Amino acid sequence: MTESRLTVLKTHKLFIKGAFPRGESGRTHPLHDKDGGVLAQLCTGSRKDLREAVEAAKAAQPSWAASTPYLRGQILYRLAEMIEGRADELTAALRETTGASAKNARAEVNAAVDRTICFAGWADKLGSVLGNQNSVAAPYWNFTAPEPVGALGIIAPEEAPLLGFVSMWLPALCAGNTVIVLASERFPLPALLMAESMPSSDVPAGVFNLLTGFRDELLKPFASHREIDGVVAAVNNAQATVLREQGADNLKRVRILDDRHDWSSESCDGPDAFGGVVEYKTTWHPLSAE
Amino acid sequence: MSTATPSPKTAKWDYAPAPESFRPEINADHGLYIDGKFVPAKSGRTMNVINPATEEHLTRVAEAGKSDVDRAYKAARKALRGWSRMKASERGKLLFRVARKLQERAREFSVLETLNNGKPIKESRDADIPESAKHFFYHAGWCDKLRYAVAGGHQPGPVGVCGQIIPWNFPLMMAAWKLAPALACGNTCVLKPAETTPLTALRLAELFRDCDFPPGVVNIVTGGPEAGKAIAQHEGFDKIAFTGSTEVGRGIVKGCAGRPVRLTMELGGKGAQLIFADAAIDQAVESAVLGIFYNQGQVCCAGSRLLVEESIAEMFQAKLLHRMASLRMGDPMDKNTDVGAINSAAQLKRIAGYVKIARNEGAVVHECGVGEIPKKGFWCKPTALGGVQPAHVVAREEIFGPVVCLMTFRTVDEAVARANDTPFGLSAGVWTEKSAKMFDVARRLRAGVVWCNGFNLFDAASPFGGMKESGFGREGGRHGLMEYLAH
Repeated sequence: MTESRLTVLKTHKLFIKGAFPRGESGRTHPLHDKDGGVLAQLCTGSRKDLREAVEAAKAAQPSWAASTPYLRGQILYRLAEMIEGRADELTAALRETTGASAKNARAEVNAAVDRTICFAGWADKLGSVLGNQNSVAAPYWNFTAPEPVGALGIIAPEEAPLLGFVSMWLPALCAGNTVIVLASERFPLPALLMAESMPSSDVPAGVFNLLTGFRDELLKPFASHREIDGVVAAVNNAQATVLREQGADNLKRVRILDDRHDWSSESCDGPDAFGGVVEYKTTWHPLSAE
Repeated sequence: MSTATPSPKTAKWDYAPAPESFRPEINADHGLYIDGKFVPAKSGRTMNVINPATEEHLTRVAEAGKSDVDRAYKAARKALRGWSRMKASERGKLLFRVARKLQERAREFSVLETLNNGKPIKESRDADIPESAKHFFYHAGWCDKLRYAVAGGHQPGPVGVCGQIIPWNFPLMMAAWKLAPALACGNTCVLKPAETTPLTALRLAELFRDCDFPPGVVNIVTGGPEAGKAIAQHEGFDKIAFTGSTEVGRGIVKGCAGRPVRLTMELGGKGAQLIFADAAIDQAVESAVLGIFYNQGQVCCAGSRLLVEESIAEMFQAKLLHRMASLRMGDPMDKNTDVGAINSAAQLKRIAGYVKIARNEGAVVHECGVGEIPKKGFWCKPTALGGVQPAHVVAREEIFGPVVCLMTFRTVDEAVARANDTPFGLSAGVWTEKSAKMFDVARRLRAGVVWCNGFNLFDAASPFGGMKESGFGREGGRHGLMEYLAH
């Protein structure tokens, strides 16, 4: 005798300040599988949820930036371990929602782990590669070093919901920024699973925050929020225009990546990936024995 | 302050003036420099250029309109291919020529700069002109080394055609900061000097022509807001580099939002100098003076907020006012002059407006300096504002004049928090004899340039530029160079 059982439909929540709140508005929308069936419910992040997340990211940023690069590197390495540990689940999530083949889905998970390892290794090399001493024509010791921009908004790409997603914020975290990430609207499941790994990894609360919701509603608030110091976004031209225009009010650093960016490209592992997530500070110090 | 020290207010300052007697020849009219030739504006319109220290008429320059700017951009586009493909070392040699020519004609450029800007001749002679020459010399050497400038080691190319808009506070130096890196990377340029200070940029145009630069590589268009707008709104550029107010910069960023163009924005500031009790006080006083009265305080990175540790605040203020009382204000052409003229009537009005606001907000206004205010020209006495609170307008907005706000702090954390409590993030200074504290504070200050035990230091090899609402991008050094490379 076979007994049918109702499956429990999950509602995936937002991830803000290390906790999983429901959206402030109470709104939800369905998460579809590749065939259009309803897989779960998603919280519809609002402008107010964004404000909460920005507050958390802003508060967490100074101590995250002040932690040693070696520590940030180890925390990112730990994150890679967590992704590796959930590789099967992430692969299934990619297959279920995007319809990727088993082989391609697994390859994307593997690449995401490897990219995380790559940036775990970048944390304490960034200063050496991007900074330098300057030979000024006066008795001064003068050097330029990269610093984090602050609290950043990240608009993850619609496609490549795992590899593209991690590639967007790893450089930012690595360099000492904190982030508020808007997950892919169509395929947010891998991002949500990643967020579930965060509390058990060592990433401090508020350093990484995740929202799900509608781009049309949230792009403008991301762009115009005065406490967001910069935005890195994988978006189309019309969306890029909105981000640049609204972002001008507080002179936000806005870095636009093509929404069809090749996330497997080597450039995603290299120093170019730090564009828009570092500032340069030049310090002068006199040389004198007097 | 010792009571035995004679007050400079009563001391006699009777040594003879030493005015610069050399006068460069200035033509009665100047055209726009487009495609290697000086041409009048299509509309035939001209603007008068005056000496802000005397209000005397110096010359007329063409006032460019939209069609002139269009002509300049077309010339720059036409020249781009040849210039960017020229052998890099040859391009470098041309830029080296400019550096040498500027050095040879330094005296002429210095006098011209002071005539047109109002800044003391000792500043144009010792800083503006030599620093401009160095900028060309420094960047000339980059031309054949661009592949080493960018991490990754690939050969980067130029961004393309660059529109460049510069302010009136350092007219030639700003032109050099914009043109030298752009040209070194193989870009071509359309540069607009400020409305009130076009003369040294136009003379620089002559120098490019005389150095055999291919026509169209450098175009210099003079004009007012209409020309500036035309430069920033044209369809034909790949990059805009702007130095000026945050308000105008914001407008340019918005205007470019629909296009993936490159931008460098060097905007306003409200720089803080932090003076700790363990600082070398007399040197810190000098630095405070240099930080705000250099170039009459018309400097985006000016140290317009002095944050002094509470335990020494009273003593520091007394020393500062004593020192300020000996600043000589007057004829900018006099080699002894410390404080010259404000660049324009409009700017003087703005500064006076802020001093009035300070009074209304309850600040104590100390106006100092030696010398009668000349009857003609635009003059503002070196001014210190005591009793300023962090929320006061004068502590938050850029005054862009010789006006400094005096404030205090008690702890290192409070010092850093107050210094960072501004939407700007261009410059900051730290004065302490303790190096570990100094570098810790320097690290925590949100500013693109931090001067330890010093202020207002610049070098072609040293990147300059802001964080937050002071803009983005750097000028100078390897980091400034990268702003003009596509990679």
